[in-house]
Amino acid sequence: MSRIPLDPATAPAFPKAAKVSLHDLQLRRNVKHATNVIQTKRQRVVGERPDWQQLREAGRQIREHALAYMDEYLEQFERNCEAAGGHVHWARDAEEARQIVVRLATEAGSREVVKIKSMTTEEIHLNNALEAAGINAIETDLAELIIQLGQDQPSHIVVPALHKSRHEIREIFLREMGLKHLGEEPADLAEAARTYLRKKFLTVQTAISGANFLIAETGSVCIVESEGNGRMCLTLPQTLITIAGIDKVLPRFQDLEVMLQLLPRSATGERMNPYNSIWTGLHENDGPRNFHVVLMDNARTDVLADPEGRQTLYCIRCGACQNACPVYRQTGGHAYGSVYAGPIGAILTPQLQKMEHAQSLPYASSLCGACYEVCPVKINIPEVLIHLRNKVVKQQTRGMGRLNPEAVAMKVLGMIFRSESRFRAAQKFGRAAEKPLVNREGWIGWLPGMLGGWTQARDLHAMPQQTFREWFDAREKKDRGHA
Amino acid sequence: MNFRRTALRVALFITCYNDTLFPETGKAAVRVLERLGHTVEFPSGQTCCGQMHWNTGYQAEALPLVRRFVEQFRDAEAVVVPSSSCVAMMRDHYPLMAGELHDEALKRDLNVLLPKVWEFSEFLTKKLGLEDVGASYPHKVTYHASCHGLRNLGLGDGPIQLLKSVRGIELIPIEGLEQCCGFGGTFAVKNADVSAAMLADKTKAVIDTGAEICTACDNSCLMHIEGGLHRQRTGVRTLHLAEILAGEER
Ligand code: SF4
Repeated sequence: MSRIPLDPATAPAFPKAAKVSLHDLQLRRNVKHATNVIQTKRQRVVGERPDWQQLREAGRQIREHALAYMDEYLEQFERNCEAAGGHVHWARDAEEARQIVVRLATEAGSREVVKIKSMTTEEIHLNNALEAAGINAIETDLAELIIQLGQDQPSHIVVPALHKSRHEIREIFLREMGLKHLGEEPADLAEAARTYLRKKFLTVQTAISGANFLIAETGSVCIVESEGNGRMCLTLPQTLITIAGIDKVLPRFQDLEVMLQLLPRSATGERMNPYNSIWTGLHENDGPRNFHVVLMDNARTDVLADPEGRQTLYCIRCGACQNACPVYRQTGGHAYGSVYAGPIGAILTPQLQKMEHAQSLPYASSLCGACYEVCPVKINIPEVLIHLRNKVVKQQTRGMGRLNPEAVAMKVLGMIFRSESRFRAAQKFGRAAEKPLVNREGWIGWLPGMLGGWTQARDLHAMPQQTFREWFDAREKKDRGHA
Repeated sequence: MNFRRTALRVALFITCYNDTLFPETGKAAVRVLERLGHTVEFPSGQTCCGQMHWNTGYQAEALPLVRRFVEQFRDAEAVVVPSSSCVAMMRDHYPLMAGELHDEALKRDLNVLLPKVWEFSEFLTKKLGLEDVGASYPHKVTYHASCHGLRNLGLGDGPIQLLKSVRGIELIPIEGLEQCCGFGGTFAVKNADVSAAMLADKTKAVIDTGAEICTACDNSCLMHIEGGLHRQRTGVRTLHLAEILAGEER
C-alpha cells in the first residue's frame, strides 16, 4: 500500500515484488475470492451465448481493422467530434497529456475536479500532476475512491480495489470520512460513499474521464460503468475533459453492437452494464458547456509498428485475463509495478515502456493459456509474451551481456541439442555430475545457482541409470541377435 | 485382444527430457503401441523440440531444431510424442518459425509432417479411435489436465475416456482441473516463489482426491507435481498416462 504511484520505471522486478505479495495472506484471500466470484459470473453469462466464439471473432476483426486504419479513424473522430462542438487535443506522450489536462482544468478555473474511473489517467499519474498544480482530484468510482482514501494503488483494471476486503474498506471509510458509525454491508459502504460524493457532484465544475471507446463515424465517446457516478460527472459539471489512448478508436457506431456484448460479459459477468453513456460533442441546455478530448499516444504507435506485438492494442480492458490468470490470482496486481497488472499488463507495460523497463514482466507467466482462452478479442497473450521474451533476451545478450549465466547455459544446451553424439554425451555427463547431490533414496533436495529455485519447494528425482535411447539401442541389438 | 487395425509404422519422438529423466514412459509407450499391433521406430538423431529455448526467448537457438525434427521424422507414417507441451510447441510454433527462417521448403515439409504428429493419448483416441487399450491398473488415480493438452491440443476428455476403460482403476476427479500446476518451464526457477504457491494449490487438490497416483499426458507437469508431493512426503506418486495404459493383468 503506497501513495507513490505504480511506476514501471522504478518498480522492483516481478519475482521480488511477488515475494512480498505472497506473504500477505489477507491480500491473497481477497484476490482469490474476488476473482472467483467474477469468473463464476462470467462463465454463466458467456455460457448462455451459443455464438460466443463468433462474437469473439467479430470483436477481434473489428479491433484488428480499427488499428490497421487507426490514423484515418482518429482523424475522422477528430472531425466529427469538433463538428459537434468538442475540442480535440493530441498528446505525444504522458508528459504532454498531463500538461494539456492541467492547462484545461486550470483554464476552467476549478480548484477541484471530479474524476470517472480511468486507467489511462492512472497510467500517466495524472492526479499527482493536478495536485502539483494545486488542483484537487476527487475519484468518484467507488473502487477508485477506496484506493484514493486509502492512499493505495489500483490492483485491477476493472475492479481497482479488488485486493481489499469489505472489512478493510469500512476501516478506510471510517478513518478518512471521519465517521463515527458505519455498517459492514455493501449497502452501508455504498451509502457512505454516496453521501460523501453527492456534495462534490453538486459543486465541482470540472470533470475528467477516460473512454472505453471513441467512435470515428460519429465523433462520440462511450463509457460503461456500474454505479452511475460516471453519469453524474458527464452531465453535471460545466467542463468535461476526456483523455483516451489512441488505441480506443472504433470505426462505426454499429461496432458497439459487438463490443457492448463482449465487454460487460467479460469484465463483470453482466449481460449489460447498468450505465452505458455515449455522448457526442455539446448539446444546448444539457450537459457540459465545454468538452475536450485528449488523444494520447504514449508509445502506442511503437506497439503498433511491431507486427507481433500489435495485437496488444486490440485490448478492450475487460480484465478477464487478470481474473483467469493463476499468477495474478496468487500475487494480486501490485507486484506488476504498473496500473496494468496480470497478463495484459505483462505484455502492455513493457511495450509502453519501449522495452526499457519492466523486462521481468514477460516472464511473469507460466504460459498456461488461460488468458488467451477468455480474452474477448482473442489476443494470443502467450504468443506475445514469448515474442517479448525474445526481445528481452536480445537486449540482455548484447555485448558483455553474452556472458550472463543463463545465456551461456542456453547456448550450450542449444549446441548439445544440435548433435546426437553431443546429446548422448551430455546425458552421460549429467548422470555423473549430479551424483554428489543425490541422496540415498535417489532424490535431489538441493540444487546450486539458478536451479536452486526449483529445490526451494520441490525435490527432483535422480536421473535413471539408463536413458530411453540406451534402452532402445540395447533392445534392437538383442532383436538382431535373435534374428 | 483384437483391435482390427492396419498396423502402422510409428516413429516415437520421445523428447529430450523423457529420454533422459523418464525412460519408463517411453518403454510404456512402446509396450502399448506394440500390444496394439503397431511397430515402433526410434529415429536416433532426434533430440529436443526446442520448446525450452523458444519459450524462454532464445529463438535463435530453437530455430535449427525445427529443421532437425523434420529431417528425422519426414519419412514417418505417424509420429507419436508422449508430451503434450512438445506437441503444442510443434503445432503452434513450428509454422511460425519456418516463416521466420523464410524457408518455403521447410514450410511445405511441415504442412505434410505436422498432421501426422500425435500426442500419445490423442494418437490412441483420435487416430486409432480407441478408448479401451486392454490395460489393467488396480489403483486409485487422479488425472491432471496439463495446460497445453487442455488448451492448445484440445485433448478434452480423451485421456479420461482411456483411463475409464482401464480394468480395476478407481478414477477420482480433481478440483480445479483446468488450473495450471505452476511449472511453466523456466518459470519454475525464474519465478520460483509464485510457481511454488501455484504448486501448493495443486498438490493440495491432488491430496484431497485421496488418490495414490496423479497422472497426466506430460511428464514436465508431473515432475513438478511429483517434486512437491515428495518434498511434503505425501506418499502420493505421479505416473505418465502411458505407464498406466501399459499396465497388464497379472
Ligand atoms: S487482454 Fe483481452 S482479456 Fe485481457 S483485458 Fe484486454 S481484452 Fe480483456
